[in-house]
Amino acid sequence: MKVLVLVDHDRGTLDELTLQAFTAARSLGTIEAAILGDYESLAPTVAEYGAATAHVITHPLLVDYGSEAWADALVQAMLISGAQAIVAPGTDRGNEVLAHVGALLNAPMVANCVEITAADGDWSMIRTRWGGSLLEETTLTADRKLVTITPHAVVAEPAPAAGTVQRIEVDLDDSVARTIVADRVQAESGLTLQTAPVVVAGGRGVGSPENFAALDELAGLIGGAVGCSRVVTNNGWRPHSDQVGQTGNRVAPDLYIACGISGAIQHWVGMMGSKRVLAINTDREAPMVTKADYAVIGDVNEIIPAVIAALKAR
Amino acid sequence: MKVLVLVKRVPAPGAKINITPDEQAVDTKNLGFAMSPHEECGVELAVQLVEAHGGESTVMTLGGQEAEEQLRYAVSLGVDNAVLVQADTDDWDPMATAAALAGAITEAEAGEPFDLIIFGNESADSGGYQVGIRAAHALGRPIVSGIKAIETDGDQIRARRQTVAGLEEYRLTMPAIVAVKEGITLPRYPTMKGRLNARKADVKASSQPHTPGGQKKIRLIPAPETVSNTVVLGEGVESAGKIVDLLVELGVLT
Repeated sequence: MKVLVLVDHDRGTLDELTLQAFTAARSLGTIEAAILGDYESLAPTVAEYGAATAHVITHPLLVDYGSEAWADALVQAMLISGAQAIVAPGTDRGNEVLAHVGALLNAPMVANCVEITAADGDWSMIRTRWGGSLLEETTLTADRKLVTITPHAVVAEPAPAAGTVQRIEVDLDDSVARTIVADRVQAESGLTLQTAPVVVAGGRGVGSPENFAALDELAGLIGGAVGCSRVVTNNGWRPHSDQVGQTGNRVAPDLYIACGISGAIQHWVGMMGSKRVLAINTDREAPMVTKADYAVIGDVNEIIPAVIAALKAR
Repeated sequence: MKVLVLVKRVPAPGAKINITPDEQAVDTKNLGFAMSPHEECGVELAVQLVEAHGGESTVMTLGGQEAEEQLRYAVSLGVDNAVLVQADTDDWDPMATAAALAGAITEAEAGEPFDLIIFGNESADSGGYQVGIRAAHALGRPIVSGIKAIETDGDQIRARRQTVAGLEEYRLTMPAIVAVKEGITLPRYPTMKGRLNARKADVKASSQPHTPGGQKKIRLIPAPETVSNTVVLGEGVESAGKIVDLLVELGVLT
């Protein structure tokens, strides 16, 4: 079976979660990459991760991202290449584009799978619900199968293949231009929650917006970014862009320092990809403490300033 | 401005999610219900847009009779009208849900389209990431998803989505559809007057065909438990040094 893997990229810059999708799709059959837009520079990378063919799909409306343009072009590439399935990373764009493809083909789309068992007819898969705190076994019955892969469900592993470049020129109606990115606001430079090696996150136990100053200072000293739990944003202590959890950011730093966060399941699924977790909490029985690698029992508003003092004394 | 917001009734779980013995549902014996967090912010957005531009707002859900609770809650926050699309069972896959909602939306519009329709980006429980997009195709309207900020002059909307690199802006001409994420607004609490309105609100019923797609839930499975032999470094401020040592050990500090 031939499977197209959607390459999530922003004007030629790869979203690394794509490589996890390539790894997950490998057991399904021959995999080929679908690169939307004239970004042949991505071909060597997808070849390294198993693409026998790299389809570079071009049209003037594919210079920048647009969900309808990408979906329409992807459907055409599927028909031209003879692929029977499309696998995409479970990113914002991956899920969005595949849902549009599902609507165009009137075919089902199964979002956020962690495991896929392909058979000749129906496929069986395990997918995530509740942002990963619950799993579901699902069957998919369709001539053309559309599936996305849960971020961080598999570790990306190279498996070099030919990666022969095949250029496909598609026809697009001007109407798809309505959902193309119209403008951008660049993030402030520096560390973000997604890129920082350490995340210092505060929860209810921090107690007040003012008390976050110590977390900011600690993060500054150790090269980290500051995050928070849902309670904190609901109280208006921090902007929602700092929120970690099912409905906020998904982070996977080398070290996650959870300060006064009890660790409800909705928060846990946003940071469970972290390599190490240090919990600082007054409650020894809090889920965050029992699930963490390391814990310190006590008041975060006493302990963090003490850590800052110790760091400054070094 | 005519605004419609779609919501879904979901259990409000805490630290652990239990599954019923038949493996078909979340055990809700000890749980309350709420609408998905993204949608709670969508309801607030609908109310704010009508406050700013005039017009009226409507809330719609597909569910059993008990989902009236979430519709009435939306009314208590200031939404004007409520529609319940009656669902016979819990097993409405994304294609079936989108088709029924598109049908109910067309019925509710009666030829006068909602200027803006607001979906949650994905439901908190099943998380299919597609109902709004499929409904948009059925209605022939543009949709952008993952929206965290919105501005409108009444004709055009500027909708922003957060990415790793910053914000992406999309511009749509209404009638249009957005799928929003939590954080786009900070939901208010119901007022006493709102609660009274909610109690006497007239919930309209809509009956739509159930046309299953090709995705079928077989069973729910608990996620693997995180088992950790937590190393307790110490208690209180005396452990500050231990934390610094750990940062060195993990290579965070050199």
